[in-house]
Amino acid sequence: MRDRLLIANGQGFWGDSILGPVRLVREGPIDYLALDYLAEVTMSIMQKLKSRNPQAGYATDFVKLLDRILPEAHDKGIKIVANAGGVNPRACLGAVVDLARKKGCKGLKVGIIEGDDVLPRLDELLASGEPLRNMDDGRSLSTIRQRILSANVYIGAPAVAQCLAAGADIVIGGRITDPALVSGPLLFEFGWTTTDYDRLAAATIAGHIVECGAQCTGGNSTRWQSIGGWANIGYPIVDARPDGTFWITKHAGTGGVVDRSSIVHQLLYEMGDPRRYLGPDCTADFTSAIVTEDGTDRVKVSGVKGGPPTGTYKVSISWSNGHKAIGQLVVAGPDAVAKAKLCASIVFDRLALDGVTFADDQKTVELLGTGVCHAGIVAPCEPPEVVLRIGVKDPDQKKVDRFGMEIVPLVTSGPPGVTGFAGGRPKASEIVSYWPALLGKDKVATTVHVETV
Amino acid sequence: MARRKLSEFAEARSGDKGDGSNVGVFVRTQADYDLIRRVLTSERVKRHFAGICKGEVERYEAPNLLALNFILHDSLGGGGSESLRTDAQGKTHGMALLQMEIDVP
Repeated sequence: MRDRLLIANGQGFWGDSILGPVRLVREGPIDYLALDYLAEVTMSIMQKLKSRNPQAGYATDFVKLLDRILPEAHDKGIKIVANAGGVNPRACLGAVVDLARKKGCKGLKVGIIEGDDVLPRLDELLASGEPLRNMDDGRSLSTIRQRILSANVYIGAPAVAQCLAAGADIVIGGRITDPALVSGPLLFEFGWTTTDYDRLAAATIAGHIVECGAQCTGGNSTRWQSIGGWANIGYPIVDARPDGTFWITKHAGTGGVVDRSSIVHQLLYEMGDPRRYLGPDCTADFTSAIVTEDGTDRVKVSGVKGGPPTGTYKVSISWSNGHKAIGQLVVAGPDAVAKAKLCASIVFDRLALDGVTFADDQKTVELLGTGVCHAGIVAPCEPPEVVLRIGVKDPDQKKVDRFGMEIVPLVTSGPPGVTGFAGGRPKASEIVSYWPALLGKDKVATTVHVETV
Repeated sequence: MARRKLSEFAEARSGDKGDGSNVGVFVRTQADYDLIRRVLTSERVKRHFAGICKGEVERYEAPNLLALNFILHDSLGGGGSESLRTDAQGKTHGMALLQMEIDVP
C-alpha cells in the first residue's frame, strides 16, 4: 500500500489550456493526472453529436491531449483519470486505444466506466416510480419528457477505484463528479473503504479545490496584482496521505501562487451550505478543514470530517427550452449612452412594425462599459464609447432569427458612430436548460471494461 | 466612525448555483472576521445587490476559513443558458460585493 500519492489536475473544464496538463507531465513528478471535461450543458452537446454520428459524443480534446503526452506519461508511470467519455465512453476508448497503438504504448491498459447514462432508461425509471422531479421547483419530469436531450447520473469514487483495480492506466468515464477524479484514485491506492467518511470527505475537498485547475493557484484571485508568472501558471497537485491529510502544491518554477488565500478562494467556489457538501460518496463538512500554510507554495489541509451520503444520486438532465440570439455593436461617442439606447429602441420598434414582439423578460439590452455587471453598485458614467449588447429568447426560432436581421441595418439607418459589427447576423441558438433531479441508488449500476494496447 | 471599502481588507470568489449565485468572502484576521460577521447581514447584502438579485439572500458561516458564504437567489436572469445576461454565471458578483463600504469603529 502506498503511503503518499501525488494527484494533479490539468483541466478545469472543456476548453481549458492544453498547456496545463502538458506541463504537469513534463515539469515534475506526479502519480495521477485528473482531467475534468464536463459541464452541465456539455452532455447535451455530446448527445447531439452522437445522434448524428455513432462514433462521436466524447471530449475529442482529450485525445488531442494524449497525442501530446503519450508515450511520456506512460513511460513515467502516470495514470490518467478523465470524465472525457461524455455520452460515448466506448467510442472514446476506441480512439484512445488507436492513438496509443500508433504511439507505441504497448501494454497500456485503457478502461471505461459505463452506467451513468440513463437517457435510454428514462421511461423505465419513470414507470418504476422514480419521479425525477426538478430539485429546484418540484416540477414532474413528464412536463418536459419529449424535449429531453441528455440524462446522466453523477457517479463517484467507487466506480473509478473499480476501474483502477481492473488494471486501467487510463480511466475514461462519463459523468464522474469532478471531485471523484481525485477521490477515486485515493480510495483505490490507499485501500480505504466506502464507509471511511472522514477520509472520503477529505478527498472530496481535495478534489473540489483542484477541480477548476489554476483557479486555486492564483487564477481569478482578488489579489491578482501581487501574483506573477501568469503565462506559466502552475496547475495544482494534491499531495495526499492515507490518513486523509493532504497538501496542495504545484511544480517548482511555475507561476502563480499556492497560499491560504488561493486555497480559501477556491474552497468557497460554487459553495452552498459549507457544513453539508453533498456528494455521491459522502457528506463533507467544509467548516472542519484546518487550512495552514506549510512552506512556499504549499498549503496543508487536515482535520476534515464527513458523514454518510444520501440514498440518492443526483441526475443531470438537459432539455431543449426554446431559442435565443444575442448581437453586439459598438457605439462611439459623443453621447454614446443616449445613442446606444436609441439603437435598442429602434430595433424593437422596427420589429413591432413587422408584427414581431417580445415580452420584457424575454429580451435584454446591456450597455457594456457603463457598469452592467455591477448594476446598482457602481455609479453610472458616460464612457467615450459603449458596446450595445442586445438579445431575445422565444420558443419560436423564426421570431428569434427575425430579430437577428434588425441589428446590422442600424449602421446606416440609426444614429452616427455605430461600428464594430463584424460577426454578421446573430443566429438563433437552442437554449439547453438544466434539470437537476434525484434517483435512488439501487436503480443505478456502473460497470467497467478494460482493454490492453 | 471611519468608512472602509471591503476590497481594502477582504477577498471574494463567486460562481453560479442554479438560477442564483454564491458569493464567498473571507478575511485574514479574527478581528476583521468579527467585523464582517456583524456587518454583512443577509439584509445588507440583499440591499447592496438590489439591482442584481431579485430573490432572497441566504448566509452561511465558515469560521475556520474566516469566511462567509452568501447565496443570492434569482440573480442571474434565469441562470445557465436560459439567461441573456453577460454575467450569466455570477462570476463578477464577488468583485461587486467588495465594492461595499462599511462603517468601522
